[in-house]
Amino acid sequence: MKNRSLISINDFTKEEQIRILDIAAGFEKNPIQKILESNVVATLFFEPSTRTRLSFESAASRLGAKVIGFSSSASSSVSKGESLKDTILTVSNYSDVIVMRHPKDGSARYASEVSPVPVINAGDGANQHPTQTLLDMYSIKKTQGTLDNLHIAFVGDLKYGRTVHSLTMALTQFNTTFHLVSPEELKLPSYVKRHIKEKQLNYYQYTDLLEVIPNVDIIYMTRIQRERFSDPMEYEKVKNIYNLENSMLEGSKENMRILHPLPRINEISTDVDNNPKAYYFQQALNGVYVRQALLATILGAI
Amino acid sequence: MENKELRKELKVSAIENGTVIDHIPAQSLFQVIKILNLDKSNDQILFGTNLDSQKFGKKGIIKVSNKYFKSDEINKIALVAPTATLIVIKDYKVSEKKQVEIPVEVQKIVKCFNPNCITNSEAIPTKFEVLKNEDVLKLRCHYCEKTTSKENMVFL
Repeated sequence: MKNRSLISINDFTKEEQIRILDIAAGFEKNPIQKILESNVVATLFFEPSTRTRLSFESAASRLGAKVIGFSSSASSSVSKGESLKDTILTVSNYSDVIVMRHPKDGSARYASEVSPVPVINAGDGANQHPTQTLLDMYSIKKTQGTLDNLHIAFVGDLKYGRTVHSLTMALTQFNTTFHLVSPEELKLPSYVKRHIKEKQLNYYQYTDLLEVIPNVDIIYMTRIQRERFSDPMEYEKVKNIYNLENSMLEGSKENMRILHPLPRINEISTDVDNNPKAYYFQQALNGVYVRQALLATILGAI
Repeated sequence: MENKELRKELKVSAIENGTVIDHIPAQSLFQVIKILNLDKSNDQILFGTNLDSQKFGKKGIIKVSNKYFKSDEINKIALVAPTATLIVIKDYKVSEKKQVEIPVEVQKIVKCFNPNCITNSEAIPTKFEVLKNEDVLKLRCHYCEKTTSKENMVFL
């Protein structure tokens, strides 16, 4: 995987994905390893994303790498009208790997084609966010001991949520049974469901969250994203439709864990946070180990 | 039978050397002309549309004198005219006849339908993988990974 770009989760084979998770486990045991002291990591955030950017910068710092970059287009030459191509070609002169987030779909693939150094996609518009998928896989594996044969519930906006689409695609490699909870208007798109069927796996669709709680190993909650709705009335109708409260978790399996890509609004009550089944903050921490594993692997230090 | 074929062909005169593209769906004729850049060509071109066809009801036909197409060039038209037949004419005779084939990849001729795709905001040549699922043809953008269906194809 040395010098390879990671744009879409499918750019890595199942074996390569598992290899990254294994390396990440090593960093969880021993997070401070100064193996990238001679490297420069560029983090180019053409749109703001505090969590993802800080997680990458934390990962790079723990490996001893220097970090350069910007956290919004306003503070880059983009505000002067520079093209993405020119920004990438320039920054690639100053760095060994580029981590980028950009509001346009497909921008990361394009950047990887013009860049002489590898590119890690930290989110391109509504398209892909592969490091989120890897950290979700890591969190599932860590809490369940395996990725195979699990029952996984996805709850909320299954139509527009790219994390749900990518993670679903990735999990079809592991004989997962999918429990899909969403309002009628936010169901999982048919191309993703077709992919599940092609792998001869099962999915079940629900509108009621309570129905799935006792039967699943993972509940993956998502935020209903206001910015995806063109009609504010439609958003008002569904915004509060799912609210996971601590009392609802009675009768859930002992091994069950709750994941959420964060930020959370009101879909998980704060009274769930102290329940040992709440795993979303550890999940965010796992993102640092996974990103350490990616940086170290792509820069050839491991 | 022979006579009838002959009469029909004569609606658009025969050419001595060049290429005939036959069995174009009538409504796609002008798109085919555009995709092949024939609107900018200096070759002699004859074309007709809404001609009677036994197979398709109505069809279009294009004859280009002294021009021979490479197969990847001609296969682009398969997106709008999958039924088209390519006939190479030498000295008024048919020297080769073949069906167009749907290509596996399409570059530079179609616009991505996703308004948020990077190819619609920077000068990037478009590139699509052709997906053919039960006779439904779709293009999957190499960049944004979204699909553009046949009804939404806009040719550049």
